[in-house]
Amino acid sequence: MASYSTNEFKGGLKVMLDGDPCAIVENEFVKPGKGQAFNRVKLRNLITGRVWERTFKSGESLEGADVVDLEMEYLYTDGDMWHFMKTDGSFEQYAVEKKALGDTIKWLKEQVVYTVTLWNDNAISVTPPNFIELEVVETDPGLKGDTAQGGSKPATLSSGAVVRVPLFINQGEILKVDTRSGEYVSRA
Amino acid sequence: MAIDWRPTASIETLCKRARLLGAVRTFFAERGVLEVETPVLGHGGSTDVHLASLSLEASTPAGRERLWLQTSPEFHMKRLLAAGSGPIFQLARSFRDGEVGSRHNIEFTMLEWYRPGFTLDQLIEETVALIRTVLGPEVGNEAGPLRRRRYRELFREGLGLDPFSVDLDALRQLAGERGGLDMRDAGRDGCLDLLMSLIIEPTLGHEGVDVVVDYPASQAALARRHRDPEDGEWVASRFEVYLAGLELANGYDELIDADEQRARFAEDNAARRALGKPEVDVDARLLAALAAGMPAGCGVALGMDRLIQLALGRASVAEVMAFATPNC
Repeated sequence: MASYSTNEFKGGLKVMLDGDPCAIVENEFVKPGKGQAFNRVKLRNLITGRVWERTFKSGESLEGADVVDLEMEYLYTDGDMWHFMKTDGSFEQYAVEKKALGDTIKWLKEQVVYTVTLWNDNAISVTPPNFIELEVVETDPGLKGDTAQGGSKPATLSSGAVVRVPLFINQGEILKVDTRSGEYVSRA
Repeated sequence: MAIDWRPTASIETLCKRARLLGAVRTFFAERGVLEVETPVLGHGGSTDVHLASLSLEASTPAGRERLWLQTSPEFHMKRLLAAGSGPIFQLARSFRDGEVGSRHNIEFTMLEWYRPGFTLDQLIEETVALIRTVLGPEVGNEAGPLRRRRYRELFREGLGLDPFSVDLDALRQLAGERGGLDMRDAGRDGCLDLLMSLIIEPTLGHEGVDVVVDYPASQAALARRHRDPEDGEWVASRFEVYLAGLELANGYDELIDADEQRARFAEDNAARRALGKPEVDVDARLLAALAAGMPAGCGVALGMDRLIQLALGRASVAEVMAFATPNC
């Protein structure tokens, strides 16, 4: 991999730090009136998701990380691994560990396309689409006529996620949910 | 992807910018300070170890020559002073390679002025008056009173150490911890610079216009040095002005001794060689001008884009420039 100097650091660039692949979040050039320059850099560790704040001497460099985001369709789980397939027509499959799935595990639905982040060809994280349509598998019976009032109740979706839904929603309905906030959007 | 051709500042902002530049010109006209224009290119460049100069090759009557884009208009302006110009100011385009960020742009506007016969105190007063004029009555009054802060005190208060006497290893360890990087090979000034930038600077200029004075003698650049009246330590005769955590201006009691200047240029280039940085051609004409005699006095350089940024309440210098470097 190429290496990148601090003045090439920009949001989204993938670099190696302390053995882990990281994405640059923010890079601020700081320099006292007549002194040495530094770069104050925020990086997100792509494995743990944690954000690190580090200082570098300007001109220092970090090795690039072989990280790519690929679109993949979710196929199935065998209990140990979760299997995804590339959507480029190659039918190439990747097995993903539970650790790499993180919170996305509760938004999994077959045939939906996810963004799988690969580092050295291993899946390290999976990002769901912003909106996903899922079936309600369990909730209290809906209240007839109560379509406008506020008030909400929990509903368990087919993927395992639990979201707050309006009182009029019934079991068996398909809902559109925002995976970033975990909030109900509408009936699908 | 569509090419982003639009300015980084709005047209409305550029109108306000023009008015503020007009206010600067009026300020100096009223004080009898002459506006000058000096070249952006010079045969010599700044040897300052921490400034990266850009250079180019041009065909001149002397043949193909290397010319340096000036990091500030200082050398040319000092030659005017030596030629008897009297007090002068300039809104000068200046260039510093690699400096890009919310407070930096490779090409920027420096407001620089020189006051023969002024003491450092007189120039501090005038600098703060200029800043208040540009900020306007509203923001200027909010900026609060002028507070003089000694470099040494800032380190004592903010970090509990004396920057002049602290043990170098202890300083390296503290700088490394606070910055989250390896400072074991760093020099004293490198550690102090880091702590100044990361810990102290952000705290300055929030309750008033903070003017930092009595820098370590090793950070004198082109300023004279004097002994601290309190403890006899050598300090640099220079000041920096901070407002809202932003360094705005850098002023010197100017070095006028040609031999001392020549020695500092040589020291800088030796330090550059040691660090593997390119050497910069020394400005022989400046040295000749100093040898011919430049009147004693003080000068200051102020980051005009930053001052406009503060006056207009913007988040970055790019927002007050027609086309910032990434978009130029």
